[in-house]
Order: sequence, then structure tokens, then C-alpha cells
Amino acid sequence: MLVKIGKWLLFILFALTITGVFVWAPLREGLGEFTRVIYFHVPAAWMAVLFFLLAAYYSYRYLQTKELLFDAYAQISNEMGILFAVLATATGSIWAKQIWHSYWNWDPRETSIFILLLIYGAYFSLRSALEQEDRRARLSAVYSLLAFVTVPFFVFIVPRIYFSLHPDPVINVQGKVNMEARQRIVFFSSLILQTVFFLWVFNIRRTQVKLKMMIRRYQETQTFKEK
Amino acid sequence: MKQTYLILIKDLQQEFKTRYAINAILLFAIVTLSAVSFAIGTFTAGEQVLSALFWVILFFSSMSGLSHIFIREEETQTADTLKLVARPVHIFLGKFIFNLLLLIALEVVLVPLFIAVMNFQIAGFGVFTLTLFIGNFGLAGGGTMVAAIISKASAKGALFTVLSFPILLPVLISGISATKKAAEQGALSGAQNELQALLAYSVIIITASILLFDYVWNE
Repeated sequence: MLVKIGKWLLFILFALTITGVFVWAPLREGLGEFTRVIYFHVPAAWMAVLFFLLAAYYSYRYLQTKELLFDAYAQISNEMGILFAVLATATGSIWAKQIWHSYWNWDPRETSIFILLLIYGAYFSLRSALEQEDRRARLSAVYSLLAFVTVPFFVFIVPRIYFSLHPDPVINVQGKVNMEARQRIVFFSSLILQTVFFLWVFNIRRTQVKLKMMIRRYQETQTFKEK
Repeated sequence: MKQTYLILIKDLQQEFKTRYAINAILLFAIVTLSAVSFAIGTFTAGEQVLSALFWVILFFSSMSGLSHIFIREEETQTADTLKLVARPVHIFLGKFIFNLLLLIALEVVLVPLFIAVMNFQIAGFGVFTLTLFIGNFGLAGGGTMVAAIISKASAKGALFTVLSFPILLPVLISGISATKKAAEQGALSGAQNELQALLAYSVIIITASILLFDYVWNE
């Protein structure tokens, strides 16, 4: 019952937010209609980083427990992460074409999302090159953690060395939000609702993977008994 | 310490017998350098382009040789014996120091050649040397760790570059920037940010590698 109410609440709030993005929130001077991309671009980038963190967490848990389920979780976190990284890159790139007049110019933020994409790509190519299951789980977990260690470098240090054109309403040095009240409401509700929604999707996927693993283990014990 | 030293000596002796890694890495550097030199010619490129080219040559040459240290153990099937005789930390450190020496040997050859062939004028040679010195730790640390990971996989050569690139990119970015500043002006304070970043990265990656190496090495 509670879950059902939660789902309806999420649906209604989400619908309101998306309407708000296009109707209620004021546009910023100089950006015009291109202001609106922020309500989807920033959450996508945030989700990409969040799933990257989740993947690192599950990798760590795998190394601790050697439970293959955690490896499967790490894999699906990375799958969701690569999806959002591509979405954030694509939306950002289209925006950059309009405002900066080029799709890609190696702004520090563009570099950091590109690195994230590269790490995800490398993670999956490593997985496909390893055949033994436990070895694949172990080595890709180590790689995931190793890559995780270098990411703060791109987020905090590279933008300090190079000048960035990227607007920073959330992550800036002063820690202030440069938005009008109505923009801020829509922005943060979009961020929070998308986080909740996609974590829910992730949870469904996780349950699916868990069930698959249980079925496989059950079948393995059955064939073992027959022998 | 003793074990680290013994592993290093063993790898050095093996390298002197075959000279595989040093040949691969040096020839790769010379081939790339000549290709770049043919294409660009002397007196045309500025500091920005030259420092980027220098790091690209350095990076890809090291990619051709750094992975050999662990692949050799798998190919000759000596990894299991090595597991019995030494602790993982010492194995990692021994191999890391070997790769460090390999990189220094590469630079001893590459730097004078690059300066001569590309007419690269460096105002602050001290800063440039310091950049290379700190950069080596980062390159060797990340490279050794990724080499350990890929030595168990199929398609090792291609995979090594693909996996190393995102991890070693901080070295490349700050290295290029620091080299450019060293070429323009001699003062150490000019390249301070980059050198700090390089140092921080090297410390982080080496620490993380030592912590994680147990999981790669022990099955």
C-alpha cells in the first residue's frame, strides 16, 4: 500500500516538475530556451557519478566477501552509469554547440565526463577479455576501485589548473547556488525526483539479477544431485 | 626490503638476458619520434605542441614496455613460484622499481634526441627534469598495477593501453602543462600547481596500488 502511494506520488511530482521545467521556471538572460537543458543535464551527470560510486562500493564489497552477487551489482551499476554518462555528454554537447558554438572543445568539465566514459568503456572491455568468472569479478573490481581513486583528481584538481567556461550553479568555489527561486525549486525537485526514480529502476534491475543468480544456483545443485 | 631488492635484481638479470622490454620501449620511442619529426619538421611547432608531442611519445612508448614485467611471469609460468617465495607488497614494489628504471632509461635516450630533432628549447631545465622525475612515479605506479591486472586476460597488448589511458591521464595532462611552462620560463613557481598535482596523483596511485595488489595477485 505504502509503496503504491509512493509510486503515485512520484508520478504526480515528476509530471509537475517536467511541466514546471517548460512552463513555470523563468529563463535566464542570455541563454534563452537553452536554460532548460540544465534540469536534465545536471541530473544525468550526477547520476553518472552516483552509479560510478555505487559500482566502486559494490566492487569493494565483492573484494571483501567474494560473493559473486556483488560483482553482478557492480556490473549493472556500471551499465546504468554509462547510459547516464552518454546522456550527460550528448545534452551538454548540444548545449555547447548553441552557446559556445562548438560541440566539443576540451573544457575541463568535458574532459572529466570523457574520462568517466573511457573508464566505463575500459571496464567493460576488461570484463569481456576475462573468461573465468571469479577472476573476472576480482580483476574488474580492482580496476573499478583503481579508477575510482583517480576520479576526484579530475573533479577537483584539473578545473583548478585550467580555466573552465562551464557554468557552475551547484559545484563552485563559493558553494552558492546562482539561480532564481523558481529555477531553484524546479532544479532541485528534478534532481531529487530523478535520483529517486532511477534508484528505483536500479533496484528492480538488482532484484532481477539476484533472482537470476538464485535460479542458476538452484539448477546447479539439481544437476549436482542427479549425478 | 630485502625481498623487494631480490625481486628487482631477478627482474634486472632476466631483462639483461633477453633485453625484450628495453628494446621494445626504446625502438618504439625512436620510431614514433622519427614519424612525428618527418610529419612536422624542425622550427615549425611551438612549445604547446612540442610538449604535448613529447608526452604522447613518452606515454605510448612506456605503454609498449611496462606491461612486459607481469606478462613475462605468466608466459614462462613462473607466477606461482613467485607467489610462494615472496609477499605481494614486495613483488609489487620490486616490479614497480624495475619499471621506474626502465622509464628513466627511456628518458635518458628520448630527451636528448627529442631536443635535438625537434629543436625544443627549454628555459627551465631543472623544472623539466623535476616534472619527468615525479611523472615517472605516476606512470610506473599506474602502469605496473594495470600490467598486473591484464596479465591474466586475453588480448593483453591492446587492453593494456585501453585500461591505462584513463588512469594515467592525470599524469599526461599535468605533465604536458608543466613541460610547457618549463619551456617558456625557468621559474619553479610557474609550474607549481602542476607539480603539486603530479605529486599528489603519484602518491595516491601508488598507495592504492599497494593496497589493491593483494587482490590481483592472490587467487
